[in-house]
Amino acid sequence: MHIPAKKTQIKLFVNGEEKQVAVIPNKILLMVLREDLHLTGSKPGCLNGDCGACTVLVDNEPMKSCLMLAVEAIDKEVVTVEGLFEAPIQKAFIEQFAFQCGYCTPGFIINAHALTKIPNADKEMIREWLSSNICRCTSYEEIEHAVLEAMGKLNK
Amino acid sequence: MIYEYYKPTRLLEATELFRSKQVEGGKPLYFGGGTEIITLFRLQEISLDTAIDIKAIDAVRIHDMVEGYFAIGAAVTLTEIQTKNQFPLLTEVAKEVADRTARNKITLGGNICGNIFYREAVLPLLLSDSLIVTARGKDINMNQLTSKFNEKMLLDDGEIFVQAFIEEKYLHAPYIARKKRQQWDTGYPLITAAALKIDNHIRLAFSGLCAFPFRSKQMEAVLNETGLSEEEKLNRAIAAVPGEILDDVEGSKEYRLFVLRNLLEEILVSLERV
Repeated sequence: MHIPAKKTQIKLFVNGEEKQVAVIPNKILLMVLREDLHLTGSKPGCLNGDCGACTVLVDNEPMKSCLMLAVEAIDKEVVTVEGLFEAPIQKAFIEQFAFQCGYCTPGFIINAHALTKIPNADKEMIREWLSSNICRCTSYEEIEHAVLEAMGKLNK
Repeated sequence: MIYEYYKPTRLLEATELFRSKQVEGGKPLYFGGGTEIITLFRLQEISLDTAIDIKAIDAVRIHDMVEGYFAIGAAVTLTEIQTKNQFPLLTEVAKEVADRTARNKITLGGNICGNIFYREAVLPLLLSDSLIVTARGKDINMNQLTSKFNEKMLLDDGEIFVQAFIEEKYLHAPYIARKKRQQWDTGYPLITAAALKIDNHIRLAFSGLCAFPFRSKQMEAVLNETGLSEEEKLNRAIAAVPGEILDDVEGSKEYRLFVLRNLLEEILVSLERV
């Protein structure tokens, strides 16, 4: 595969749909999602891979879209928060009041959504995964409760 | 500056492409996980005009036992290392790098060959007398890691780290790995220590202690010496650290020495009698 150093038409699979976008090869996936596909759920935070607000699923794996080129996503399935439809984790976030300002929420939800697909995930694994995302309103406890609720593991 | 992007499927295609771009006067770079390249490019701290993405090349994705050796490709991600867990010491060190989501993209080769000086993933490879395969143009070479790594990976222009091979006897040898941070469980390391016991001999490697990762045979010799008190071993091992102790925002030199002493003590307690 060769993408020249100029705007080039590429095909991406995002939220179950094929999308044609014209990108330069060094444009990060986050900005293509936001600026070209108008999917603004994934947030630019640190743009440095630290905060996790830009997390999307790439072939079902959480990825920081600020650390991924859009051209790296060719032939892969990308899911943003807009691609989740009433997923259990979304309901659990509401039930557990797992957000305050909400800026980090899409990243947390995407990461936690992937986590809920792992049936044997224990508390240690949940904490390991969630440490990829930063919430400055400090809703960590509630976020962990939301994940446990979505997995049916919350002791009420 | 905009760069062009290639994703070859064969190793030779990648190395020849690198060479031809150089001949044209370009600045190509091999691109694995790309996390550091994307960051440094955004900060305008590196310039490149060609990114050669190596992730579709089978040779750098190998992750299996091959004739008594654990073979691991440069483009295997740190998460994949943790999931497969064929070399528990490598798993233990790799799973402390960055965070889980970042490790879905960071590769073994990227961590070891990167500019960020921690390069923790090299510690288990240094302790296990690893062999590494590199390629440059049509040439493919296998060497002891120690001949290609001194503080950092010593690759010639256009040479790519392809694979590492670790002899089976090291995979399940007794080990201990500890990553100490200034606070909490995430963030940059203060010191990462890895130790392995093989043939009744404790081996030691550190990252974050000096401005480069290292295995120290001098420190090992002291720690393995019989007839010394524990206090003497610790004092002499600390005196044998092969470089200036870091003194930075993650921790002062004095604090690092304090942590190092505790780590050495823990290593002795864990491995001396196994």
